[in-house]
Amino acid sequence: MVDPNLSSLSDPAAPPRTSVLLGVAAFAAVVAAQSFAIATSPAEGDMGHLQKIMYVHVPGAWMAFVSFFVVLVFSVLYMARRRENDDLVAASAAEVGAIFTGLTLALGMIWGKPAWGVWWVWDARLTSTLVLFLIFVGYLSLRSFVDDAGQRARWSAAVGAIGAINVPIVYMSVKWWRTLHQPPSSPATLDSAYTMGLRLNAIAFLLVTIWFIRKRYEIARLERGVENLAEAAAMEGK
Amino acid sequence: MAARDDWRRVRAIARKDLTTELRAKAGFNGVVSLAVTILVLLGLSLGPDGEALRNAAVGAVWLATLFSGVLAFNRSFQVELEGGALEPLLLYPGPRWTIFAGKLVANLVFVSLMVIVVMGVGIVLFGITIPDRWLALIGVTALGVVGLVVLGTFYASMSSRSTAREVLLPLLLFPMLVPVLLAATSASKALLGADLMQESGAWVRLLIGYDLVFLIATFIAFEHVIEA
Amino acid sequence: MPSAIEANRLGKRFGIRWVLRGVSFGVERGETVALMGPNGSGKSTVLRVLGTLIKSNAGSAGVAGFDVGRDAQEVRARVGYLAHTPGLYDDLTARENLEFAADMLGLPNLSVESTLERAGLGDVAGARVRGFSAGMQRRLALARLMMRTPEVLLLDEPYANLDEAGVELMNSVISDVIASGGAALLALHELAPARAILDRTLTLADGRISAGDRQLAAAF
Repeated sequence: MVDPNLSSLSDPAAPPRTSVLLGVAAFAAVVAAQSFAIATSPAEGDMGHLQKIMYVHVPGAWMAFVSFFVVLVFSVLYMARRRENDDLVAASAAEVGAIFTGLTLALGMIWGKPAWGVWWVWDARLTSTLVLFLIFVGYLSLRSFVDDAGQRARWSAAVGAIGAINVPIVYMSVKWWRTLHQPPSSPATLDSAYTMGLRLNAIAFLLVTIWFIRKRYEIARLERGVENLAEAAAMEGK
Repeated sequence: MAARDDWRRVRAIARKDLTTELRAKAGFNGVVSLAVTILVLLGLSLGPDGEALRNAAVGAVWLATLFSGVLAFNRSFQVELEGGALEPLLLYPGPRWTIFAGKLVANLVFVSLMVIVVMGVGIVLFGITIPDRWLALIGVTALGVVGLVVLGTFYASMSSRSTAREVLLPLLLFPMLVPVLLAATSASKALLGADLMQESGAWVRLLIGYDLVFLIATFIAFEHVIEA
Repeated sequence: MPSAIEANRLGKRFGIRWVLRGVSFGVERGETVALMGPNGSGKSTVLRVLGTLIKSNAGSAGVAGFDVGRDAQEVRARVGYLAHTPGLYDDLTARENLEFAADMLGLPNLSVESTLERAGLGDVAGARVRGFSAGMQRRLALARLMMRTPEVLLLDEPYANLDEAGVELMNSVISDVIASGGAALLALHELAPARAILDRTLTLADGRISAGDRQLAAAF
């Protein structure tokens, strides 16, 4: 009666060793990358030290994309082979992606207020990110409204894959919408002084993202394990 | 032989949906009335300055279409749920894409009829002069309607069966329609004006690409969402 | 020859409530079996799992020799399912409802008129289902079933709202299927209308088939 998808964890209460190592490595990487970036980047002309927010804002946006890509891959995998674990990975990635997208938006607005004077401009990148956030929210809302695990997985996979396909189209259409009428208003392109800091942070954030998704997935598997035990108990007696 | 059976099924479902909706008392008329009401409310809240209204016209027409479209899409599956007809429908032999295709055709007809009415009312209420390139305008609108109906029908196949159907369909559908909304409104505005930057062609290409991509994707995905 | 129906420790839950907790039974070809139990005991759920309408959470089932999970399409081609709700389109006429069914089944439209006559609905063929009584709706649902001769019948409260003539019609349809080597499983809360055709009964209680099928004689 036990879910064959659930491989045995030697001690379910303790996380696997690789997971802990990954977590430590990710944390260390972020600290190192952020320190490097903050230390080495000069104060930028207009924005001064405000520019350093970019080292979280931009990698955060990239990680939102990475998460969405994971949602796409595992949603398609689920539709192909109907393995519950694929659905759990996709859902975990969606949660992590939603958080990164929210973070990107918040930081974008915090950056924007001193830079532009207002909390929001319908800038191409910010607007696209907001739409991306809404697509993530739609996916997560759908999951919360469906009780049956099988149906939840099937519907999520379809919605996740189709939502993910739309991401590049959304970005393209919003960019055209902005650039066809006015000159681009996005912040000044970065010169080489900043790219090293960005690259290091991108790698660090990637480690963090993988770790987040993995932890969330482990929790989801444990939840599923509990449900399986309840299933077995119900079938035996009571 | 099997292919001909499948197309027979598509036609049967489309015909059934069209017949039931046109005979239902509060059906199609209600949806169109709602669209016109939304348009009126938009006119009231954005006007009465003629210039402001003319600028807002395209957006208003599309928003009214979107909001009423949501109703139409949920209704297209409601007809199956009311009498418990979804179960026998799923038990017929044959591939499930025929169900999606049949409902797509029916929804295309309904939403197109609705858009014709809404555009007509919009032209009057918002003071639009019919441009030279009105044929292109119709083409752009048609492409936008296809995108709207494809995704609307797809998401409604799920939302209509959920307890939160009123909120779930717009929540899922509207963010996904951003490219359609931007493309249709931008191209329409360009065509209503002089299209100085020749942008309508680019938007049309985007719409065609969008429609093709999601037509294929939803057909493939429908199989996974329609089973109980 | 595989059994007509084989259920093996079927489990099904809705949310946290377990409706089926290990349902196992078999129905051989040529048998007419009643599935009995109080309201909410899961009779409809058993039929819906067997009819491939819902998937079980545990266990397996085979109908007409095909697994309901893996070979759902094959099962559907061989099963005649009558649900508790008639599943008709209220704004279509009786004839239009059957014409739609004929189109979906890939059958010629000619069979529609004769089926309506046989089901006693010839007079109301052109009337919209919205005005039908519950009994007439059930007859129409039965008529739709009669357009084919399935191997296995899964009937959920088939006699509900039927008058004497309707009950006779239902029993004759069931007998036809049995005569051509099929089987029938009826979810019932009252045995009387089926007495003439039943072979045995199963009782569903607390999510399981209670130990020991009772022969029909013992129930009376």
